[in-house]
Amino acid sequence: MKEEVAVIGVGQTAFTRNCGVSIRELCFEAYREAVEGLDLSPKDIDALIIASAPEYDKQRTPAALISEYLGLTPSPAFYVESVCSAGTTGVRVAYSMIKAGVHDIIVMIGFQKMSELSSRDAAEVMGRGDDTMFSSPFGTTMPAGHALYAQAYLHKYGATEEQLAKVRVKNSHYGALNPKANYKKVLSLEEIMNSDVICSPLKKFDCCANADGASCVILASAAKAKKYTSKPVWVLGVGAATAELNWSVRGSNTSFLATREAAKTAYEMAGLGPEDINVAEVHDCFTISEILAYEDLGFAKPGEGPKLVEDKATYHDGKIPVNVDGGLLSKGHPIGATGGSQVRTIVKQLRGEAGETQVAGAKVGLAQNVGGVGTYPNVIIFGR
Amino acid sequence: MDFANFGVVSFTKQAKVAPFVDYLDQGKVMATECKQCGKKYFPPRADCPYCLSSEMEWVEIKSKGKLLTFTTVNYGPSGFEDVAPYSLGIVEFPEGVRVLAKIRKKVDVGDIKIGMELRVVPVVLSEDRFAYGLEP
Repeated sequence: MKEEVAVIGVGQTAFTRNCGVSIRELCFEAYREAVEGLDLSPKDIDALIIASAPEYDKQRTPAALISEYLGLTPSPAFYVESVCSAGTTGVRVAYSMIKAGVHDIIVMIGFQKMSELSSRDAAEVMGRGDDTMFSSPFGTTMPAGHALYAQAYLHKYGATEEQLAKVRVKNSHYGALNPKANYKKVLSLEEIMNSDVICSPLKKFDCCANADGASCVILASAAKAKKYTSKPVWVLGVGAATAELNWSVRGSNTSFLATREAAKTAYEMAGLGPEDINVAEVHDCFTISEILAYEDLGFAKPGEGPKLVEDKATYHDGKIPVNVDGGLLSKGHPIGATGGSQVRTIVKQLRGEAGETQVAGAKVGLAQNVGGVGTYPNVIIFGR
Repeated sequence: MDFANFGVVSFTKQAKVAPFVDYLDQGKVMATECKQCGKKYFPPRADCPYCLSSEMEWVEIKSKGKLLTFTTVNYGPSGFEDVAPYSLGIVEFPEGVRVLAKIRKKVDVGDIKIGMELRVVPVVLSEDRFAYGLEP
């Protein structure tokens, strides 16, 4: 096991439709859960990385405000952004700075308070995440972008909308078991299939919902990690890639090629392959995204992703458990907070603290967190 | 014309490729082609990242292409509330470019099929507002 940089603490708030607290208070809750039991004081923390999508905030440059509220000044605090994968971009930056010897202990906090905007305004903000010259003027949205992939995928492989819905059946099953999830209702295949069509072929329950929330990941060098915890979870590989923002110029409509690149880098760095992963968190902002992730991460061959969920191989007692915390679909998706929440789930699994969704004997976990429509993927592999 | 004259909702006022909108007014949907390396671009570009040249030629997309994928959007974002439902598609043209645009209502939603042949045509939204769309 490569012992260079470890996660020593993880925390998150409940993900809710309306948190009823301010951004700084939200971040504090996630931070407190992460530092609890670590005997870590503010002076031990070398830097603070804040991850969110700034267009949802009225507060400009929140890093210093959050640093002030957590008592972390004068340590450097700064902001990272890659839309929905900002949290894992923060983890990647923290990993790099610790490995380079710049800092020993870094706190990464991802947050979003999406209830500050109406759903429609939020959809408009998200639409401007496409090329504002040549895509947004046509009324593109995040669901529309993923729906274009879904339609092409179903056509190419003869897959069905029921197969997509089975991803939500699974994730709703696990969302009901996650006290931090926003959506705790178990959904039947019929309920999902009968829900309103948002962007064909994607229906309401094929889509994740906006949420408020924050998450926190504390990373440390090997020496510090061993000082502060008996259960370090090591970062074994980090991979990232960027796809063209214009969907029309990309090389595929049935695979997120950038995820394939990011996964290749992460697997090579870790010296591991998809067969070595015991538990995974993937970016299921839509049901199709989880199916594509199975294939792009190498858990299934192209066109065989739906079979994994149909065979229940991605349930917690299956061959490759995926999103056994409910995923974005049932937890909710507070943009900047999502990556840290995924990392938290993997860390708890590897520490053996996942309760009734514990994957027996899990030693290696993977988190795939994607910004935009397959645009900014991060793939991070963890081990104990 | 300014690039602000493009689209139902426009987010960009000035651009080197603004003549694209004048061509729409003249009934043409244009891509650009790098005079040095011959690479064709849609969305049109003013600059080629491969040979760093800004010597571009405008070339018209005249052929019919094949629909690669599509979706019908039932809930539009701000500015598109009254337009929904509308369908978006990506078409691959023999000219070597792909175009994302709305599929015009000349095609019934139920008749949209992957692989169908579509052209890209200028759409006059109002006296001085233009877009382009996909139609048979």
